[in-house]
Amino acid sequence: MRVKTSTVSLSTGRKRGLSQSIYWKQRYLLLLFLPAIAYFIIFHYIPLYGVIIAFKDYKFNEGILGSPWVGLEHFRMLFGMESFWQVFRNTIIIGFWKLVFGFPAPILFALFLNEVQHSTPKKIVQTISYLPHFVSWVIMGGILTQLLSPSTGPINIALKAMGFEPIYFLADPKWFRGVLVASHVWKSIGWGSIVYFAALSSVDQEIYEAAMIDGAGRFQRMFRITIPEITPVITIMLILAAGSLIKDDFDQVFNLYNSNVLSVGDVLSTYTYRAGLVDMEYSFATAVELFKNVISVTLVLLTNFASKRINDYGIW
Amino acid sequence: MVRMKKHAGDWAFDIFNFLLMTFLCFITVYPFLYLLSLSFTSGDVPLTQNYIIPPKVTLDNYAKVLTNSDIGNGFIMTIARTLLGTAISLVCTVCTAYPLSKKYFVHRNLFTSFVVITMFVSGGTIPSYLLVKSIGLMDTIWALVLPGAISAYNVVICRNFFMGIPDSLEESARIDGANDIIILFRIILPVSLPIIATLTLWVAVANWNAWFDSLIYITTSRKQVLQVVMRRIVLEGTQEMMNPDPELEAMLVNPETIKATTVMVTTLPILCVYPFIQKYFVKGVMVGSLKG
Repeated sequence: MRVKTSTVSLSTGRKRGLSQSIYWKQRYLLLLFLPAIAYFIIFHYIPLYGVIIAFKDYKFNEGILGSPWVGLEHFRMLFGMESFWQVFRNTIIIGFWKLVFGFPAPILFALFLNEVQHSTPKKIVQTISYLPHFVSWVIMGGILTQLLSPSTGPINIALKAMGFEPIYFLADPKWFRGVLVASHVWKSIGWGSIVYFAALSSVDQEIYEAAMIDGAGRFQRMFRITIPEITPVITIMLILAAGSLIKDDFDQVFNLYNSNVLSVGDVLSTYTYRAGLVDMEYSFATAVELFKNVISVTLVLLTNFASKRINDYGIW
Repeated sequence: MVRMKKHAGDWAFDIFNFLLMTFLCFITVYPFLYLLSLSFTSGDVPLTQNYIIPPKVTLDNYAKVLTNSDIGNGFIMTIARTLLGTAISLVCTVCTAYPLSKKYFVHRNLFTSFVVITMFVSGGTIPSYLLVKSIGLMDTIWALVLPGAISAYNVVICRNFFMGIPDSLEESARIDGANDIIILFRIILPVSLPIIATLTLWVAVANWNAWFDSLIYITTSRKQVLQVVMRRIVLEGTQEMMNPDPELEAMLVNPETIKATTVMVTTLPILCVYPFIQKYFVKGVMVGSLKG
């Protein structure tokens, strides 16, 4: 405190005692901010520093500092493992299909709901569509397990009634990724449409009236007016979504997968969980997570760069 | 609005659209309806047909599930962490946001970056787990409420709200000699109720729905939160399980209806409140997208 006080007085060219210093004047503000400093250092900056165990052979007794350095040993081991590349492929494939189906779904939903003329049914549909967002994946895991059960689940009962063989959706490697993608779309379609709704509500209504006078039908208005009007928002959302290719959904996969579908459903975050918290290979698991975070940050930076260019030079 | 005669195509579109929206609502609600119906179904009904109204209605399942001590403990734990977590989080968020909202706050830019950086980089699961373990929080409620106490995003939202409050409001209090802490709690907070309500709901729902921290930090099975207890009952047999519990085993004589009831008990509180609070969450999405 004293040292800092003196630098302040030097820089302002005035003599100040402690009681005159800016720190003393703002002591109540600093006091309010003090818990935050402690909190962020302990719960954010120390774990951030703890990432260095990816380059060490971490032993709990020796702590982060005491454990011996091993350099890139864990990464060498990681890249040499066939199981890791399988998990990496799963992550990308699942992320890709989630993007292909999960990205357009909220846009289409917003477009069609926007065509509903009365505001009360519109609000009701909107509120219902938000429902799955408020339910955690643990609960969804419980619901899907029952819904898709091969013996008592309603979907398989319906399939059997139509003369098909029952399908064990959650334990069949052929179906598991489909279940992940479909349940992702189901859970996020309503919530994801909020942004597009806001964009739609800001479209100038006079354009529609002019088009109606010219005799444009509903589909024509949708494709010729509405979609072009919200294209900027769609573009930005698409750029932002590119990062989701590697950002797998731990909560979803962890609550749905099982040993039968590990070969197609295991993703980087569940792999990290098992390596670190089940097998207690702390350093190795941290290396996997670091690898994923580096790719993810790179993707975010790239997409931010791209969106800046597009915004500045104007594709539209 | 210009009144236009409806074309035949318009009618067809409206009918198609009505059917589409009805279908979407149906597939959204059906899974919940199915489980709700199953939870009221008597245990001796064979589950070989689809129905919405159970053929034999009973409250036995709820009686069994609600008197189960694991579920009861889970409820208490979830409520405790939600109350404690929300209280700590709100007080800390407000106290962090207020100094940052003052343009003259010393090192304001440095402190703002210090907070905001944590939105973009994090140590990840393993280093956080090792930290909680090494500072002795394992198996306590503090492991659930402290690590996520302050969210940088919420601090920024709260700070922006405070910055919109005119300085003139504080001036008379300052002349009367009130310090910043008194001003924050007596003058700023009473006019900040909209943001307080929004943050309260965000934090409370997040706490209610949280389960992973409990799964990894809580080692005594009787101290697990409701969602983890439900997970153990429902996903048992399909996944690697933690310690099997004799009391749970006994309850699972008729697994499907009991499982459905357990899921409903966990879900109903959220189902009942979300229609009334969803608008506060929509606001959050809008703020986020404007920023991004």
